[in-house]
Amino acid sequence: MIEIIAPALIIGLILTAIAGPLGSFIVWGRMSYFGDTLAHSALLGVALGLFLSLDPIAGVVIVTVSVAILLSTLQKQRNISSDALLGIVAHGTLALGLVLVSLKEGVRVDLLGLLFGDLLAVTFSDALWVGGCALLLAIVTKLIWNPLLNILINSDLARAEGLAVDKIRMVYMICLALLVAIGMKVVGALLITALLIIPPAGARRLASTPEQMALLASLIGMTSIILGMLASLQWDTPAGPSIVLSACLLFSLTLTRGNQS
Amino acid sequence: MTTPIVQLDDVCLSIRGQSLLNHINMALNPGEIMTVIGPNGAGKSSLLKIVLGLYKPSSGKRRIHKRLRIGYMPQQLQIDPSLPLTVQRFLALAGNSNHQDIETALKDVNALQTMTRPIQSISGGEFQRVLLARALLRNPTLLVLDEPAQGVDLHGQQELYQLLASIRDKRQCAILMVSHDLHFVMARTDQVICLNQHVCCSGTADAVANHPEYLALFDQGIEKDFAVYTHHHDHHHNIHGDVVKDNLPAFESNTNKGCSEHHHD
Repeated sequence: MIEIIAPALIIGLILTAIAGPLGSFIVWGRMSYFGDTLAHSALLGVALGLFLSLDPIAGVVIVTVSVAILLSTLQKQRNISSDALLGIVAHGTLALGLVLVSLKEGVRVDLLGLLFGDLLAVTFSDALWVGGCALLLAIVTKLIWNPLLNILINSDLARAEGLAVDKIRMVYMICLALLVAIGMKVVGALLITALLIIPPAGARRLASTPEQMALLASLIGMTSIILGMLASLQWDTPAGPSIVLSACLLFSLTLTRGNQS
Repeated sequence: MTTPIVQLDDVCLSIRGQSLLNHINMALNPGEIMTVIGPNGAGKSSLLKIVLGLYKPSSGKRRIHKRLRIGYMPQQLQIDPSLPLTVQRFLALAGNSNHQDIETALKDVNALQTMTRPIQSISGGEFQRVLLARALLRNPTLLVLDEPAQGVDLHGQQELYQLLASIRDKRQCAILMVSHDLHFVMARTDQVICLNQHVCCSGTADAVANHPEYLALFDQGIEKDFAVYTHHHDHHHNIHGDVVKDNLPAFESNTNKGCSEHHHD
């Protein structure tokens, strides 16, 4: 029993710990649709992995990082709103992924697992590379934290003050892409954005500095992992959705608290 | 002779085929105050962005003094309410400043009372002064202000101009500001540039005190902070924005659209 639960728990806790700070920027910058787009494109990554006989996760990392780079380049042109652009890329990559998977004969893909995650199928070796990735993400996030806050506040001001705005933005987007790749394992492509957004949203009312909000978001996310997995074991519900529901529950609990602006 | 802190030599700017600035020449000396005025769409913001280094000129050159350090005060700034940020933290983000520096900068702009408040909760006037404090924290040799007087009433403008004058006297930094008001500029301005894609005219401003009809409009004491800029154009713009040399029929000078073939005055 414990050897099934332990790796899942470890991966879930690592994922939500790092999703706290990275997800806070999604909430502050109103880019939840950007997270969704990365998640949708992750399915194309799985298909690519199958086609090239790579590890699916390698395919996911390649595709999400490329999409992140593509989007930050495309968003500079202004004929199409970035909202519409995200929709095109999100659904274009999703559709391409589904078509590619159907073309590959003799392969049965666990589509449900991809969409909603298959947390209990992870192993200790998964936990190892997820841990390594997360450590890297944590270091990079720490390095770009203050510059990223400055860019969020006003990119012209940040640029005038000498920051390499485009580069730092790009680094952040690549971090998000990596996080989405990890999150695929845990809650699946459809629900990963939930773990990026709900915990910071819940942390907002309790925090008075950006760092407090990021830290509280991590704690809320980690609590959701534990609650969700307990619920999943207790009532035999799917782990990913149970985790997201727990996060929603914690979020609604914070709503009862008075507003601290 | 002093070297200008920033200088534009024959700068043109066009973005996506649209010409925004034509043959701009300007020089700002250390400690000097320059006001750029002009109608909407005249390219004032583009000019600021060239000076700030955010845009690269399509042709021409931006020369900067080796001791140029810019403090920039943007026009307005929306901070999402989901970001918990106090004024103090906002100022700390400007980099390498300690608590003491932040307190001094806020005192300098008379906004010390906002220090611990969430930045989204302070008033527009306070926000503007906080932005100014942030620009000052960088210890600038050039202060760039994008329409600092916009949305501020006359009394607020007067206070702002007094503040800017005292900052210049205290820190000896040059100030470049943009104003959409075509006639009222800060009295201490050393140079006024009237911009309409090209420099229409430039010069010094006359004190409001010399214009009794303006003086009559306001309470006492305002004359030392405001000045009237008298335009002395030798051309005007027709309905298409083309330059029309004065005393000439419009159709004779209709060939000046391109940056390269723009010759007048």
